[in-house]
Amino acid sequence: MKELKLKARVENIPQVTEFIDAQLEALDCPMKAQMQIDVAIDELFGNIAQYAYGGAEGEATVLFDFDAAERMASVTFVDGGAPFNPLAQDDPDVTLSAEERVAGGLGIYLVKKTMDGVEYRRENDENRLTIHKRI
Amino acid sequence: MKITKNLNGTELTVALEGELDTLTAPELENALKEGLSDLTAITFDFAGLDYISSAGLRVLLMTYRGMHYGGTVKVINANEIVREVFEVTGFTDIIPVE
Repeated sequence: MKELKLKARVENIPQVTEFIDAQLEALDCPMKAQMQIDVAIDELFGNIAQYAYGGAEGEATVLFDFDAAERMASVTFVDGGAPFNPLAQDDPDVTLSAEERVAGGLGIYLVKKTMDGVEYRRENDENRLTIHKRI
Repeated sequence: MKITKNLNGTELTVALEGELDTLTAPELENALKEGLSDLTAITFDFAGLDYISSAGLRVLLMTYRGMHYGGTVKVINANEIVREVFEVTGFTDIIPVE
C-alpha cells in the first residue's frame, strides 16, 4: 500500500495524478486504463478539494493498492469532511437535451461507468471512496 | 493545456492540447466567453487532447448554450478515451463526435 497525504486543493490534482501514474507505469498498466483512472482522480479528488471542507482548507489522503493475482488496482480517497456518499446520488439523466441538462452528478456517473468497482465507507469520521480498475 | 483558436468568418476552430479537466477547464471557459453568439459553428479539434473530465464537458455545454443553440458545435479527432467520455455521458447526442 502506497500513501500520499496532501492539502485538499484543486492545484494539487496533478500531484495526485503523478503519484498514481508512477505506480501504474511500474505495473505496465495499459494507457487506456491509466487515462480512465486519471479522469477518475480529477473527478474525485476535485470533488474533495471543492466541496469536502465547505471552502475551508483540509487534508486528504490518497492510497494505492494492487492485487497482483487479479491485476486489480485500487485507489482510495480519504477526507475528513462532512459525511458524503456520492454513490447515494441518483444517476443523471444522460438522455436529456442541452437545454435540460444540469451540471451535477456527471463526474461520479462517469467514474462508475469507467471503473470496475466503486465503494464508499464512512469510517473514523472520514469519507473513504475507493475505485477499482483491472489493469 | 494549449488552446489554439482559428476564426474563419463566423466559424471557429478550437484546437486543444493536453488535458481538459478541473484545473484547465476555466482556461477554455475564459478563451470562449466572448463573441459566441456571433458564431455559426464551432469545431473542437481534439487531436492533441489526452483526456477530458466532466469539468471539460461542462464548458462545452456552456459554449453550446452561449451560441443560443443557434449554431453547430462538433468535435473532431477525439481519441478513444475522449470518445468514451462523450458516449457514456450521452454528450454525443448534444455535441457530435466525428
